[in-house]
Amino acid sequence: MPFSPVILWTDLLVYLLVVVGIAFGFYIRRHTYLLVSWRRVAHSASGMAALTVLLCFLFIGLLDTVHFRPALEQSLHGVEDKVYSAEVLSLLDVLLGPLRLHVEKTYSAPLSAHLYAKETLETSDGEQIRDFARLIYGGAHLSDPDTELAPDIFWRAMSGLGGGLLVWGGLMMGFGMMQARRCQTAFWPMQAAIWRGRTEIPWHAIWTTLALILLTVGAVFALASHYHVLGTDRVGQDVLYQSLKSIRTGLVIGTLTTLIMLPFALLLGIAAGYFRGWIDDAIQYIYTTLSSIPSVLLIAAAVLMMQVYIETHAELFDTVAARADLRLLFLCIILGITSWTGLCRLLRGEALKLREMEYIQAAHAFGVSHWRIISRHILPNVMHIVLIATVMDFSGLVLAEAVLSYVGVGVDPSMISFGTMINASRLELAREPMVWWTLFAAFIFMFALVLSANLFSDAVQNAFNPRISTRVGHSDGSNGQPAPDSQAENTLSATQGAVRT
Amino acid sequence: MKPLLAIDNLRTILRTGAQPVRAVDGLTLEIQRGETFALLGESGCGKSMTALSIMRLLPDGGDIVQGSIRLNGDELLTLPEAAMRAVRGGRIGMIFQEPMLSLNPVMTVGEQIEEVLARHFTIGHAAAQARILELLAQVGIPDPARRKTEYPFQFSGGMKQRVMIAMALAGQPELLIADEPTTALDVTIQAQVLDLMRDLQRQMDMAILLITHDLGVVAEMAHRIAVMYAGEAIETASREHFFKHPAHPYSQKLFAALPTRHKRNQGLSVISGNVPPLSEIFVGCRFADRCDRAWAKCRQVAPPWTAVAPGHRVRCHLYATGEAQQPAINAFPQHSAAEVGQPLQPAEATPLLKVDDLRVHFPIHKGLFKRVAGQVKAVDGLTLDIAYGKTLALVGESGCGKTTVGKAILQLIPATAGSICLDGVELSGLHRRQLLKKRAQFQIIFQDPYSSLNPRMRIAEIIEEGMQALNHNLMETSKAGKNRTGQDIDALLQQVGLPVEAKWRYPHEFSGGQRQRIAIARALAVNPQLLICDEPTSALDVSVQAQILNLLKTLQQDRGLAYLFITHNISVVDYLADEMAVMYLGRIIERGYVTEVLDDPKHPYTQALLSAVPAIESKDSRAVIRLEGELPSPANAPAGCHFHPRCPHVMPICREVYPGVSQFGSTHMTHCHLYNSAF
Repeated sequence: MPFSPVILWTDLLVYLLVVVGIAFGFYIRRHTYLLVSWRRVAHSASGMAALTVLLCFLFIGLLDTVHFRPALEQSLHGVEDKVYSAEVLSLLDVLLGPLRLHVEKTYSAPLSAHLYAKETLETSDGEQIRDFARLIYGGAHLSDPDTELAPDIFWRAMSGLGGGLLVWGGLMMGFGMMQARRCQTAFWPMQAAIWRGRTEIPWHAIWTTLALILLTVGAVFALASHYHVLGTDRVGQDVLYQSLKSIRTGLVIGTLTTLIMLPFALLLGIAAGYFRGWIDDAIQYIYTTLSSIPSVLLIAAAVLMMQVYIETHAELFDTVAARADLRLLFLCIILGITSWTGLCRLLRGEALKLREMEYIQAAHAFGVSHWRIISRHILPNVMHIVLIATVMDFSGLVLAEAVLSYVGVGVDPSMISFGTMINASRLELAREPMVWWTLFAAFIFMFALVLSANLFSDAVQNAFNPRISTRVGHSDGSNGQPAPDSQAENTLSATQGAVRT
Repeated sequence: MKPLLAIDNLRTILRTGAQPVRAVDGLTLEIQRGETFALLGESGCGKSMTALSIMRLLPDGGDIVQGSIRLNGDELLTLPEAAMRAVRGGRIGMIFQEPMLSLNPVMTVGEQIEEVLARHFTIGHAAAQARILELLAQVGIPDPARRKTEYPFQFSGGMKQRVMIAMALAGQPELLIADEPTTALDVTIQAQVLDLMRDLQRQMDMAILLITHDLGVVAEMAHRIAVMYAGEAIETASREHFFKHPAHPYSQKLFAALPTRHKRNQGLSVISGNVPPLSEIFVGCRFADRCDRAWAKCRQVAPPWTAVAPGHRVRCHLYATGEAQQPAINAFPQHSAAEVGQPLQPAEATPLLKVDDLRVHFPIHKGLFKRVAGQVKAVDGLTLDIAYGKTLALVGESGCGKTTVGKAILQLIPATAGSICLDGVELSGLHRRQLLKKRAQFQIIFQDPYSSLNPRMRIAEIIEEGMQALNHNLMETSKAGKNRTGQDIDALLQQVGLPVEAKWRYPHEFSGGQRQRIAIARALAVNPQLLICDEPTSALDVSVQAQILNLLKTLQQDRGLAYLFITHNISVVDYLADEMAVMYLGRIIERGYVTEVLDDPKHPYTQALLSAVPAIESKDSRAVIRLEGELPSPANAPAGCHFHPRCPHVMPICREVYPGVSQFGSTHMTHCHLYNSAF
């Protein structure tokens, strides 16, 4: 085998998440009323556009999750058993091979052919001059960058854009034909329906987003082989490569931490609000105590302990990546344990309010068990808060990671993350002339990730709130239950609501 | 005489959904100086929108597209916003329904009134303070000098509404718009507030636009009346005319839907269907679909105004000249009402529910270590019993503990002392698991149909829940078991008058009345013998209330249900209940058969309560007894008879000793020293 697969701890959890996600998808398909709600998500133009972007990020993150160790060339001894490299690579690393390996000496600006700092160069006739040295890879094919750089970039970008457009057009045609066959219409009327926004799912929004993504990817792809599109960092590593690698770290921190935090926040928060009395007192004491300890201290202590453990048990880890990964997992756990208090407090308040609602009183009157009341009545009615809070936390967590990296207790220095990038740019911004592209790259990627996550969760929340979805709710009632008068009644109740306010 | 307010062909639309909603559609009315003009109608008919249009305070998306509103000849709709601000609170004052929500909780009452004064008059601080005192005194708030520095939470509901009135009066308005001013208040407090409004109107020669759905309030207050239906006025008349000869079929139906005693043994007339959505384009009469006298013309031509008497106009083809001869106006059609008849039978020997000396006290915790500093005695020694298949009405003002009684019987709140015996089994003290077996026998229907159904569960799940929790044999996962549950749900929905398809929908898709039906179906799903109805109709419109009352009555006959009917609505009691008990501050002060108590109330409180109910029929000989003050706090009840601080017949002994039982016949009893044999 030319490689040996490696499954790190976080990989395992990510796979688990994917499996759970797929299982949930099948579960939804089996339950019509859930399907109806999720179909409603598919009706939101902004939600679907956000989902398209989000899927791209997820795809990159997943590519970066498939780890393996490549086999080394066995020429020295000619022995049969293969030796695998100590370096753990991911599929993404392989795909981005040139980006990963084209390492310059130090900083270079985006799309530049020269280094960013002057250094002493020796010309061919032995004379020493101070000038911006040419890059080893960026623009190396140009003989005279001063005149050739701009046209070269322009033509490459154009051809990249053209390629992207071509791919998009191809996809569009293929999909259009499929869709037309499914709806049993001709190709062109189908296209017209899509672009006038008359389809049930806002395909025009999806295709527009996809077009933007494909054009960008095309242009970047065409440029990236000969330039550093987002420049290089202090040790000359490509910033675009770093940004793409950071996506997985961000996603892992965002999702795993949330997963660890949710059970605490949900169980304790709802239990405190619902049972009140001494249970409430106990839980309140726990979270006030926990939140009054500066969380950075707590995290620092925990991570340092972990670090000591890793260093004293070096034999447990066969690769650097395994060590870095365990540290990342531990960081997620400790972040999760310290960050549930805010959501817990919110949920406690909401549960306090909900437990007095008459439908819960009615459930008591039926002798419904506490667990059932919590899971059937309270939990669905606080889900909107959970959804909003977790998405808000997502960006907060990515930033928390940056802060912790600054203190020195964040992810392993060998692991690329938005946090380490932002941390590095702290010094770069103070430098004269300023190096802005690291921060810029981290900003753009985080912005796109968090914004699309926010928009998508908005769409989900709207679709699952029965009161908001009144208007679109019935047109797609797949069981065909809605009575003919339901539409009229809905408008009536909406009217009455409006009049009352 | 020139009218004070003239609204001409007003059209207001709301752009909320896909189609604009014509909330007010061609309304024309005139209000004279010093007159009370009542705008009557069900919810969703555009009454509040009319008021907001006059004030030009429409919500976002609301637009006045046509018409004119003239106040004393000045067109309000063309005024610039700055000038309009002087009108609002100045020339036109407004009182809202919820006094709790209309006052700013972080400003003292005095500051809030001063705000109005500062906006509309150039007035110095000292003069403003004097004016505030004057206003507070005018609306009958005792000790105004102290009260004006207090915050709204220190005022009771009735007092808050008085403060609202004082604020509205501060600008010395020519017109006062009162949007359901007493709906949130108790009957005795409502009587006080209505009295106050009448007095003030007389003093200040002010016009009042009274918006209400309560025919009783209209009968007490109004000089002239306009009935609104689906965005337009359909009948205007003077009060006398309107109550003697309601002309429009809708008005007649509203009267027929009112529960009263002489309709006891028959179903109430109901108006089928709902108010049509105002977003549709109407051709013909808007009421045609629900009217049982509609003919082809009603659906094709919108009826013009027709005068049936001087000052009494109606929009109905029935009265147009040359049409079918005028039918008898007062013959209320009854065919839509299910005939339900049930003769009174003597109570059986063993009651279904026997509550003996029930006490529910809530401790008040104070201080660092949460010492118990006192007790709120919400229910304090209550005894009652309900026979099989009978209805006991528990009547009282809010805060007297009637809801607590209901919840304590259901074991939702632990009783402090006393016994609750259902069908021979003592409930209090039962363990949760033992209680579970008894739960199927008694269920509850709540007041607010909007908060009593989980918005995230479908109707089938809501109804199924109780079945699953209580009948474990039904929790079979087999197909057969599921099918049977499904059939049961279908049967229940049909029984409460809902289509079977309803079970796949969510509660928000239903109107208030339909939701209440669902709540009833949920309670019935476990086959209870006793249903505790906690004000089940007080959040509903009159016509919907009639539907629910009919349903309850039919269910009682078919299933032999017993009801504990908790309410403050005397006319519902009169219509539905067999026995009644009047509660005051945690204790029952009078009980007996409905006829006994209502015809011959013994306790001064019962007398006052009954007399305070706004009467639709012309006043009988009974003098109206106005109660002073409000219900004392149950945390520190007055010594002796709880009622003595408000009692018109108070005697020295009332202040010291709680009165014992005085019997009148075998079934009627009261707690009052007036009937004590020693006197």
